[in-house]
Amino acid sequence: MRLTPKSVTLLALVVLIALSPIFFPSGFYYRIGALIFVNALAVTGIVILTGWAGQISLGHAGFAGIGAYACALAPVHWGIHPALAVVLGAAISAVLAWLVGRPILRLKGYYLAVASLGMGILISMVLNNERELTRGPDGIDVAELGLRGVLKDAGLDLSNGQFWYFFCGIVLILGAWLALNLRDSATGRALRALHGSEVAAKTVGMDVARLKLQAFVISAVYASVAGSLLALQNKFITPDVAGFMHSVEMVTMAVLGGVGSVAGAIFGAAVLTLLPQVLTVFAEYEQLVLGAVMVLVMIFLREGVVPSILRKIRGRGE
Amino acid sequence: MTLLSIEGLGISFGGLKAVNDVSFTVKPGEIVSVIGPNGAGKTTLFNMISGVYRPGMGKVVLNGEDVTAMSPHLLARRGMCRTFQNLQVFQSMTVLENTIAGYHLQESGHVLSDLLNLPASRRRAKAAEAGARELLKRVGLERAAEREAGSLSYGSLKRLEIARAMALKPKVLLLDEPAAGCNAVETEEIDHLIAEIAASGVAILLVEHDMKMVMRISNHIVVLDHGEKIAEGDPASVSRNPAVIAAYLGAENAAG
Ligand SMILES: Nc1ncnc2c1ncn2[C@@H]1O[C@H](COP(=O)(O)OP(=O)(O)OP(=O)(O)O)[C@@H](O)[C@H]1O
Ligand SMILES: [Mg+2]
Repeated sequence: MRLTPKSVTLLALVVLIALSPIFFPSGFYYRIGALIFVNALAVTGIVILTGWAGQISLGHAGFAGIGAYACALAPVHWGIHPALAVVLGAAISAVLAWLVGRPILRLKGYYLAVASLGMGILISMVLNNERELTRGPDGIDVAELGLRGVLKDAGLDLSNGQFWYFFCGIVLILGAWLALNLRDSATGRALRALHGSEVAAKTVGMDVARLKLQAFVISAVYASVAGSLLALQNKFITPDVAGFMHSVEMVTMAVLGGVGSVAGAIFGAAVLTLLPQVLTVFAEYEQLVLGAVMVLVMIFLREGVVPSILRKIRGRGE
Repeated sequence: MTLLSIEGLGISFGGLKAVNDVSFTVKPGEIVSVIGPNGAGKTTLFNMISGVYRPGMGKVVLNGEDVTAMSPHLLARRGMCRTFQNLQVFQSMTVLENTIAGYHLQESGHVLSDLLNLPASRRRAKAAEAGARELLKRVGLERAAEREAGSLSYGSLKRLEIARAMALKPKVLLLDEPAAGCNAVETEEIDHLIAEIAASGVAILLVEHDMKMVMRISNHIVVLDHGEKIAEGDPASVSRNPAVIAAYLGAENAAG
C-alpha cells in the first residue's frame, strides 16, 4: 500500500485509539476519550464546511441538538430503536441544512454564518421551551443503545466506559475515512477550488451553490451523529448541546488544530476536550479560553497547529 | 459556420461606458484577437462574454443559442472556457490538482460515490489525473506538478491557467493576456500552444499586448478604444488603419 497522507492519518488514528488505553491510569479516561472522539467527529464536519468549502456556520450545535434529541424522543414517542433514531436525527438535520442552505448559499458572501446562527438559536429555544416534549432546560433521559448487551452475549464483556470509547472511536475512524475520501475526490477538490477562487471554479464548470450546499448538508450530518453519540453515552441530554457556546466550541477546535485538515481537527478536539478535564480552572473560564485560543491561533498559527507543524517538517526536509 | 457571435454588446459602470455596441463573430479554429490601449474595455468584454458580468445591452450567441448573462458554469457545459488577466488559480492546491479541477465536468459523479471512494469515483479521478499530467507536459509544467500553485512564478501560473482551461476540451477559449509576465522563450511557447489549440478546431478569442505575437498568430483582429470598436480586419489591414495608429499613439502620448 502506498503511504498517502490519507492512509497515514487513518493509520495513526487507528493506532492511537487502539493503544491509548494501555496508558489510562483509571477507567475515567475511557470516558474522556469517548468525549474527544465525539467532538472530533463534529469538528471533522466543520473541516469539510469551513476548511474546504470556506463557509462558516455558527449554528452547528443546532444539528447536534437535533441528533441528541432524536435519540431522546424518538424511542419513547415512536418506539423506534435508538440506533434508528441516530439515522432519523441525521436525516432531519440533513433536510434542515438543505432548507436553510439552499436559498442562502446562492448569495455571495458570509450570509450562511448569520443564517446558521439564527437557526441554532431557534433550535436551542425550542429545546428549552417545549417543556411538554423536551422537559426543558433540566434535560431528559435517553434510552440505552443496547449494543453493549449484545456484545456481552456474544462473549465480549466491556465496561460501559470501554464500550463507548471503542464505539465512538470506530465511528470517528469511519467519519475520518469518509472525509478523507471526499477530500481527494472530484467533489472535495471542487470544494477546495471554489474556496480558492469562486469565479475560476465556475469557469471550469463547477456549480458553486450546489457544492456549498452539499458541504453544508454533509457537515450537518456529522454534527448530528456526534450529538446522538453524546446523548446515547451519557443516557441524558440537556439543551446546552444545541447552545451557541457549543457551536463556537466546534469552530474553535477546528481553528486550533487546523481547519483545513482532518488530523488537525481531531488534534484540536482532543486539546480543547482535555484541557477542562485536566485543569479544572479552565472549566470555569471556558468562554475566555475559547476566545483566547481563537485570537492566538489567528495571530501566530493562521493555518492551525497541525498544518503549521507539518509545513515546518516538510520545509526542513527540502 | 459561426460558433460565437457577439451582437452589440455593451455595459456601463456608473456613467462610464466601458464597452459600447461591440459586434464580431468567431469561427471554429479561428484566432480572433481583441486589442486596444489600457482601459479600452477588453477584459470587460471578456467578462460579459463569459458570464461574469451581465451585459447592459446586446447578445452573446454560442452555437446558435442565446447565452447572454448565463452563469459561467453553464457556459462551461456548453464548451466555453477562459483564463484571467489577474490570475485566478486555486492557490493552496497543487499544480496537478489545479489542472485536474479543469476535468470537473468529466470527472464529477455522485457525492455519495465520492464519500465512499467507490470504484467509479476512483476510475474517474485516475483518468482525470492522467489527462492532467499530459496537459502539464504540454505547457511545460510537469516537473512542478506536486508543488503548491501559490509558489509558482507569474509566467508559470499563466500557463497553468491555460492547461486548466484546455482540460475542459472547450469549443471556445478566451485567453486574457496569456503571455503577460512571460519571457521571450515562454511567449513563443505559448504562441505555439495557442496555434496548436486553434488548429485542433477550437475557436480562440485572445487579448494580448504583445503586438508581434498578435500580428503573427491572429486570423482576425478587433480593435477597441474607449469601449468602442474602432476597427477590425486581418492583421495587415488593421496595422495600417489610421484610426488604430491614432488610438495607440494617443494612448502613448497620454501616458508620456
Ligand atoms: N467592475 C468595474 N467597475 C467599474 N469600472 C470598471 C469595472 N471593470 C472595468 N471598469 C472600467 O472599465 C474600463 C475598461 O476596463 P478593462 O479592464 O476592460 O480594460 P482593458 O482593456 O482590459 O485594459 P488592460 O489592457 O489594462 O487590461 C476601465 O476604465 C475600467 O476602470
Ligand atoms: Mg484587461
